[in-house]
Amino acid sequence: MAAPWLSLRLVAPMWNGTRGIHRLGGAVVPEGNQKKERTILQFLTNHFYDVEALRGYLLQREMSKVHMKNRFRDKEWIRPDKYGHFSPEFWNFREVPIEAVDASDCEINYEGLDNLLLLKELQSLSLQRCPHVDDWCLSRLYPLADSLQELSLAGCPHVSERGLACLHHLQNLRRLDISDLPAVSNPGLTQILVEEMLPNCKVVGVDWAEGLKLGPEEQPQDTASPVLA
Amino acid sequence: VAHAGRTVGRLGEGDWDGKVSEIKKKIKSILPGTSCDLLPDTSHLPPEHSDVVIVGGGVLGLSVAYWLKKLESRRGGIRVLVVEQDYTYSQASTGLSVGGICQQFSLPENIQLSLFSASFLRNINEYLAVTSAPPLDLRFNPSGYLLLASEKDAAAMESNVKVQKQEGAKVCLMSPDQLRNKFPWINTEGVALASYGMENEGWFDPWCLLQGLRQKVESMGVFFCQGEVTRFVSSSQRMLTTDDEMVILKRIHEVHVKMDHSLEYQPVECAIVINAAGAWSAQIAALAGIGKGPPGTLQGTKLPVEPRKRYVYVWHCPQGPGLETPLVADTSGAYFRREGLGSNYLGGRSPTEEEEPDPANLEVDHDFFQEKVWPHLALRVPAFETLKVQTAWAGYYDYNTFDQNGVVGPHPLVVNMYFATGFSGHGLQQAPGVGRAVAEMILEGSFQTIDLSPFLFNRFYLGEKTQENNIM
Repeated sequence: MAAPWLSLRLVAPMWNGTRGIHRLGGAVVPEGNQKKERTILQFLTNHFYDVEALRGYLLQREMSKVHMKNRFRDKEWIRPDKYGHFSPEFWNFREVPIEAVDASDCEINYEGLDNLLLLKELQSLSLQRCPHVDDWCLSRLYPLADSLQELSLAGCPHVSERGLACLHHLQNLRRLDISDLPAVSNPGLTQILVEEMLPNCKVVGVDWAEGLKLGPEEQPQDTASPVLA
Repeated sequence: VAHAGRTVGRLGEGDWDGKVSEIKKKIKSILPGTSCDLLPDTSHLPPEHSDVVIVGGGVLGLSVAYWLKKLESRRGGIRVLVVEQDYTYSQASTGLSVGGICQQFSLPENIQLSLFSASFLRNINEYLAVTSAPPLDLRFNPSGYLLLASEKDAAAMESNVKVQKQEGAKVCLMSPDQLRNKFPWINTEGVALASYGMENEGWFDPWCLLQGLRQKVESMGVFFCQGEVTRFVSSSQRMLTTDDEMVILKRIHEVHVKMDHSLEYQPVECAIVINAAGAWSAQIAALAGIGKGPPGTLQGTKLPVEPRKRYVYVWHCPQGPGLETPLVADTSGAYFRREGLGSNYLGGRSPTEEEEPDPANLEVDHDFFQEKVWPHLALRVPAFETLKVQTAWAGYYDYNTFDQNGVVGPHPLVVNMYFATGFSGHGLQQAPGVGRAVAEMILEGSFQTIDLSPFLFNRFYLGEKTQENNIM
C-alpha cells in the first residue's frame, strides 16, 4: 500500500520538476546552493515521517547543547520542571534582591504591578509589548525611582505621551526605550520633551525606527542583561 | 341680493371642496397601504409615564441614570427619563470644565469620592462598554496636582495631607528645597509647604466621559428629552411630629416638560425627581416649592446653589515648564496646567467675593487675566513673564454659597426630590461616586458604599457646615 502511494508522490512532483521545488521553497528567487539544499530538506521533511523525526531529534540535541552553554554568571537558570513547579533549592535565594525583570509580552495590568513595586533594588525593567500597560500603569512606577536605571516600553499599544510625563520621578534612569509606541501622537516632539525631562538618561526612541520595521527577533538585546552603572 | 347670493354660494362651494378633500385624505389614511396620520406626531415629546425623571443631562445627571440602571435588581425594572434643556451643552458646566481630578480635599468623603472616580475612569471601558462603539480614550494625564501653601496655610495643609493619606490617597508633602529640586522652574518665594499627588490625579477630557456615559445610558434603555421643566404638580399631606407640630409633606406627581420654541408641554407622571440641574438647580428647587415659607423654618430654607462664572485662559509660552508639569495651584488661588505637547498652558483663578463677575452670560473678561491672574503666574513661574493668550472661555460653577460642598440625597419635606448638585467646581471629578450614592439611596434606602450623610439637605436648616477648605 505504501509503495504505490510513495511512487505516486515521487512521480507527480518530479513531473513539476524545478518549478515545484522553487515554489515549495517559498523564496521569490532561489539563489545559491544553500537555498536549494534547504528547500530540498524541507520538501523531504514534509513528505517522509522518518526525515521529520530525525530532524526533530537533531534539533532537540542542539537545544540541550545551547542550554548547557546558557548560564548566567556561571550558574544554571532556574526553570520550572515539566509540572510547572520550581525546585525547592529556589528557596535558598529568598534574600537575594531582584535586579532585573523581563516582563515582555506579559499580560501584566495595573493591579499586577503591585508585585513589581515591592522590589526595592530593581535596576532593569522591560515591559515591551505588554498589551495592558497604559498611562495609569506608568504613573505607578515612581516607588522604583531610587534603583531603576533601565526601562523599556517599546511596542506597548496603550502608552501615550501623557503616561511618559510621569516618568520624570525616575531620576536614576540611564536608559529609556520608547520606540514603536503607536498611541504617541508626535513621536519626534515627544522624544525631545522626554529628553529635556530626564537630562541624565539616554532616550532610545524614534530617530532610526521611522520607516524601518524591525522584527521582534532582530531587536537589540538591550534587556537581556542589566546595565550596571 | 343676487350678487350676495352668488358670492355666498361660491364661497360655500370652495369650502365644501376643501372639506371633501380632507375627508378623502382621512379615509385614505385609515385604509391599509398608507401611513396612518390620524394621530399627531409626538416623537419629540417625552413619554407620559416614567419612574424617575432626572432634571439635567450633564455628567451628574447621566451618572445617576447610569447607576440607577446598573444597580436595578431587575432588567428594565426602572424607567428613567433624562430632561436636558440644551442638547448642544453650550452652557453646561461639564463641557466647559478644565477636567481635573484630585484627591487633595480636607473632607474624607470628598477624598473617597475622588478615589472611586479615579478607579472608575481607569476602568472606564469595563463600565461603559457598548458593543457597537469603539473603546473610549479619555486622554488622561496622570501628572498630578501640586498645591502650594503659604506660612499661614501650612498647618492646615499638613493635617489635610494626613487625612488624605489615611483615606488611601497617594499624596506627599514637599519643602521649598525639594520643590526647587524637582521643578526648577518654580519660584518658591512665599511658599512654606507643598502637597503633591503622585497617583490617581491629573486631568482628562470631560466631553469623552459625557459622550461615553450618554451612549452607554442610551443603550441601557434610558429615555432622553430636550426640554425645560416648567412646573411640578404635587400633592401634600399634613402630618404631626412626635412633638405635635404640624408638618406638610409634599410628593411630586407630575413634571411638566416644555418644548423649545413652542408652548407645547408634556406632563410626565413620575415617582421620583432628581435635581441635577447644576447652575440652574435653585430654579428647579423653587418650582417644587422648596424655600417658600417664613425664613428660619425648614419650609423657608432655600437651596443655596447659585451659578458663578469662572474664566479659563489658554496661552502659549515657548520656554515654559516641561512635560512633567502637574496642575499647579498657587497660594494666591491662581492655577495652571499644560495643554498638549506644544508649550500651551491653560489656567485661571477664582475671583474673590468682591470681584465676582455677573453670571448672566458667559462673556470672557480679558482684563481679569491681565490684572488678576498674570501677575500671580509670573511671580510663581518666571518663565510666564512672556506669554501670549491664545483663547479663553467661561463656564459656570454650581456654587454652594453655604459651604462649597455638594448637596446629595432627598429633601426632608418634598419627599421624592433627590439632589445631586452644588459641587462648586468639583462635580465632574466626583460624578461617578455621587451617581452611585444617589442610586443606592433610591434603590436601597440608604448610602451603601460611601456615606454621604454630611451632604444631606438638612444641614442648611440646622446650620451645620460641612466646610471644604481646598477649593480652586
